Amino acid sequence: MTAEAGAHATLRAVTRTYPGARPVHALGPIDLDLMRGEFFSVVGPSGCGKSTLLDVLAGLSEPTSGEITFEGKPVRGVPDGIGVVFQEDASFPWLSVRDNVAFGLRRMGTDPAEITRRVDYAIGFMGLKDFAHSYPAQLSGGMRQRVCIARTLVLQPRLILLDEPFGALDQQTRLLMGDELLRLWRETSATVLLITHALDEAAMLSDRVGVMSARPGVFIDLVQTNWPRDRDSRIVAEAEFGAVTGRLWGSLRAESMKAIGRAG
Amino acid sequence: MTREGWTRLGLVAAGIAALEALCRTKVIKPLTLVPPSRMVHDLAGLLIAGDIFDDIGQTAIEVGGAFFLAIVLGVLMGAAIQATPRLRRAVAPVLASWYAVPSFVFYPLLVALFGLSTSPLIAIGVLSATPAMVVATIGGLDRVPRVLLRAARIHRLTAAQTLWLITLPSALPSLFTGLKLSFAYAFIGVIAGEFILSGGGIGYGIAYAYESFETPKMYALMLLVLIVAVGVNGALHAWEGRLLQRRQR
Repeated sequence: MTAEAGAHATLRAVTRTYPGARPVHALGPIDLDLMRGEFFSVVGPSGCGKSTLLDVLAGLSEPTSGEITFEGKPVRGVPDGIGVVFQEDASFPWLSVRDNVAFGLRRMGTDPAEITRRVDYAIGFMGLKDFAHSYPAQLSGGMRQRVCIARTLVLQPRLILLDEPFGALDQQTRLLMGDELLRLWRETSATVLLITHALDEAAMLSDRVGVMSARPGVFIDLVQTNWPRDRDSRIVAEAEFGAVTGRLWGSLRAESMKAIGRAG
Repeated sequence: MTREGWTRLGLVAAGIAALEALCRTKVIKPLTLVPPSRMVHDLAGLLIAGDIFDDIGQTAIEVGGAFFLAIVLGVLMGAAIQATPRLRRAVAPVLASWYAVPSFVFYPLLVALFGLSTSPLIAIGVLSATPAMVVATIGGLDRVPRVLLRAARIHRLTAAQTLWLITLPSALPSLFTGLKLSFAYAFIGVIAGEFILSGGGIGYGIAYAYESFETPKMYALMLLVLIVAVGVNGALHAWEGRLLQRRQR
């Protein structure tokens, strides 16, 4: 993938190797330009390094080699303006929904009136208004993930990274959460990078989908979906949707076989 | 109150009533055991007369001091052991056998070190209570979900903020178990220490009353120990329940 003007984040020859008695080359080399405001998904076989890619981009771990930039500056640690939603439930069980959502703003010392305004908006946006004073343990898995998304949204990140956020949810809930994610993306104009193992999810949500090889993960295909920006889950009924998922699976099938062979 | 609460209260009341009846009908001789109502009466008399305030004060200082030091030492040691895998592997067998050591055997050494004061008794309480806090701290820190620590990094929290805002609240259920156990062990250690070798405190008072055949006073003081132990543990349990209730489905 070549560098283009307007890249929001870039990865250049990025690799990640986990040290040890038998070092594991998990990722790369990866070259990628995430364009400002695009919805980019990454699919790949299990263990291909998708989450490692998210970790190095978020500044949660250092790449072994290569260079990562966000808004033109090298990524050293977690940069300002990046929000991450994890696959696991990351809501704080000792805080109410409202306090969970307000957590980051309070830490930043935001004006209380502004906190109230932004938290009200995020809670309303994610459909959590009736649960504002509930605790995570009183909510379903899908609702808790909404809390985590609201906690990210309220900080108005310019780059949102999502690591299989709907992996633990049933198919119908995933489709509906996908709609909400698209709505969030449209309204915030943020750049979104979604890590997923679900081809239909990637095809439905994304402007572009990067297909990764088995470990060490490198991009082996890049699929442009050409969906309109104003889209929702009903796009799965479109004829082109089948063509996109078909191409994704065509690129991924051999790699998934390799991964299964390695696991076996 | 819940149905279980009423059942619990009923069982305790029935036990006390049965004991009262057995004592009043002389099935149990007065020199062996006085009726519970008499224990309450005698305890009230001692408290009104103010005869045992010095003993209560000494025991409170010893138990409070031991409990506080055990919490501080236990949390610090637990955190250090949990953060250092090599240290953990080295001390795990020691921790496991620490419970089996009767701390009172160190009393002569502690007297030699601290002199004849309340310090050796506080030290016995600390030795008894610290392992529970160490083990609870290690367990609590082990169970902090990794994803919450990753979320802390995304929120760009400092190490101190992560400890205060994420690690401690997340480990709280386990830490509370440690608090309850530590109090119990500190209380047992101090009272037993006073009982064996001391010139003051409630434990000493019980031993003195026993040796001088003051059976009513002995039972009154035993009732006081029972009330304090159950009361403090019950208060900690209620506090824990209120704090943790919201975390449960």
